[in-house]
Amino acid sequence: MAHQGEHNRMTDNNGGGGNAALLALEIEDLTVAYHSKPAIWDVDLTVPQGVLMALVGPNGAGKSTLIKAVLGLIPRAAGSVSVFGKPYERARDLVGYVPQRGSVDWDFPTTVLDVVTMGLYGGLGLLKRPGKRERELAMYALEQVSLQDFAGRQISQLSGGQQQRTFLARALVQDARLYLMDEPFAAVDAVTERAIVTILKELQHRQRTVVVVHHDLQTVTDYFDWTTLLNVEIVASGPTDTTFTEENLRKTYGGSIATVNAIAGGDS
Amino acid sequence: MTTTIDARSSWPLIVIAAVLVVLFVPFSSTVMGVRYTYTLRTVAIGGALLGAVSGAIGSFAVLRKESLLGDALSHAALPGVAVAFLVAGRELGALLVGAGLTSLLGVAAIRVMTGYTRIKEDAAMGIVLTGWFAAGIMGLTYIQGRPDASQAGLDSFIFGQAASIVRSDVFLLAAVSTVAIVLLITFWKQFKLITFNAEFAGANGFNVTLWSALLSTLVVVAIVMGLQLAGVVLMVGMLIAPGVAARQWTTKLEAMVPLAAIIGAAAGGIGAVLSAVDRNLPTGPMIIVTASAIVAISVLFAPQRGVVWVVLTRWRDARRFAMRTVLRDVYHYVHDHSASVAGVPDSFIAGVRGRPGRRALNRLLARRMLRKTIDADTGTRWNLTETGQRVASEDARNQSLWDMYREAGLRLDLPVIAEQRDRDIRALLPPQAIDALTDLLGDKEGEPRVRY
Repeated sequence: MAHQGEHNRMTDNNGGGGNAALLALEIEDLTVAYHSKPAIWDVDLTVPQGVLMALVGPNGAGKSTLIKAVLGLIPRAAGSVSVFGKPYERARDLVGYVPQRGSVDWDFPTTVLDVVTMGLYGGLGLLKRPGKRERELAMYALEQVSLQDFAGRQISQLSGGQQQRTFLARALVQDARLYLMDEPFAAVDAVTERAIVTILKELQHRQRTVVVVHHDLQTVTDYFDWTTLLNVEIVASGPTDTTFTEENLRKTYGGSIATVNAIAGGDS
Repeated sequence: MTTTIDARSSWPLIVIAAVLVVLFVPFSSTVMGVRYTYTLRTVAIGGALLGAVSGAIGSFAVLRKESLLGDALSHAALPGVAVAFLVAGRELGALLVGAGLTSLLGVAAIRVMTGYTRIKEDAAMGIVLTGWFAAGIMGLTYIQGRPDASQAGLDSFIFGQAASIVRSDVFLLAAVSTVAIVLLITFWKQFKLITFNAEFAGANGFNVTLWSALLSTLVVVAIVMGLQLAGVVLMVGMLIAPGVAARQWTTKLEAMVPLAAIIGAAAGGIGAVLSAVDRNLPTGPMIIVTASAIVAISVLFAPQRGVVWVVLTRWRDARRFAMRTVLRDVYHYVHDHSASVAGVPDSFIAGVRGRPGRRALNRLLARRMLRKTIDADTGTRWNLTETGQRVASEDARNQSLWDMYREAGLRLDLPVIAEQRDRDIRALLPPQAIDALTDLLGDKEGEPRVRY
């Protein structure tokens, strides 16, 4: 497959830098518990640089929890996270985050350009305010998601797909090397989905690593060259070709074999 | 249909609001005959300062959906007053510090309950509000039972006692307000980001717990300063009302907060002056009533978000779409039956579209898009005028182009735009794209789609 080839090329390029340099994300023994129940348990996961990875699993499998635990947004019961060989806390500026669209109040009094500029707040330090340079960068990010005409629009007037693209632009403006995206394809129409896929492939083309929480099993093989199957524990992780198999899906989703068969059937 | 508009500049509005507030001073003294005595000046300035700072800080509480938290925190200040009195005696500074401490303890209790258990925030707030307030009432009642004259008037912290404010209180208020506003401006981006999207702020290295705590502390500071004037029961109105009103008129945080400060100052100042019209009018409640009146006006009359605007827009949309629909009906009917009919029978439109349809027919008649013929044999019939024909065929063509865009847009690799069928597609796509769609359309151009 074309994407797989691209991945190989990139790992080859970086081959001289030692093994640790290949890993965009390295998670060791990560456990998160809510009220004595493990949301994710003893997760070991490595994500090579330059892959476009789907994080797949049933509801309650801990996909969002995994992302939030990596970002330090929820307390870890155990485990460590490194990004490009450094502990996450010291490599935070290499990581871009796209939260779920529903996690904010879209009636907040602000404009599209303003939201995208927020992606740069973290790099401004304690006192500096966003200025002309930040607005220009934000405008450029908006062009990348084809929302430049919406820059001055109130965010309450955006459609769901436009909201999602605004969030993507806010992450793009950070020019991070690793992106963690929580369900960017949730409840968007086909046109928006296609636009988002284009943006993701473009990121991969620029050697960025992208981890996407994904729900639609039908599109995994089309969109992603790397797949991790999660159900509280990691079931399988690796190139989509070898990981996204009927057997692994059955292990991940358990009894709902009818669905799995349908996917596998649709695949071949 | 919501209109899509860019965020407006709100500065003219803010300036107008500020000017109106200032003009109230000569208005009240000449027209209403208010005499600006020393006491009134002190109370009015104090009220305006308090309103400005609590309006600005309270805007963030409104946007963080923490209005009820403000209420819980102000009630939670009361036991602090009682304890401070028992420890330090009647010393205003000590009483306010005590109030602030129990209020902060209230925040902590709510955060612990919601953070470590499954108790929901509203329940946690309800418990802190009533528990702390009840403890405060008990303390004050116990103190009043003691044979000690110095406790007199301590219960004014419940509903506020504006007359007790002296000049030094106003200086203190001014100093604390300045510090609070400077903090708000200095750490604007932090407060804005944690208010809009706390998770994203956390992922970008902002200490969300710390900044939330600072914001909550500012809320507590505003509450403590308002205790003398508004009292623990009404103080939440001072915090929330200006923000709610300002949100109605503005679309950017950078405009909402200053406007809330002005509205708060207006409510505080004007309320104080109005209560001076009659000596039997209490100041604190009058300030809150004034703030609520401004909220009422804003909720009713603000453009786009106001009740009147929303109702009018709905009514206008309904009328507009009914007219369009009926015009299409007539166009399609005539097209389908070609020239063999002398127009669309009145009963057809009325039967399909009901009363709104009949009203739309008459509106189209008034706009000279339809012609009405009454004949003894064939009954009332409707025909398109030249204008109506032009408008209807334009519309049909526009809809056909939209259909074609939906069908072939991806295939032809045309620019991706949102479908807004009530707008002219030619204004939204480049000419080449329109040409490509027109080619595809071919002979079917403007052919009506049957959809009765």
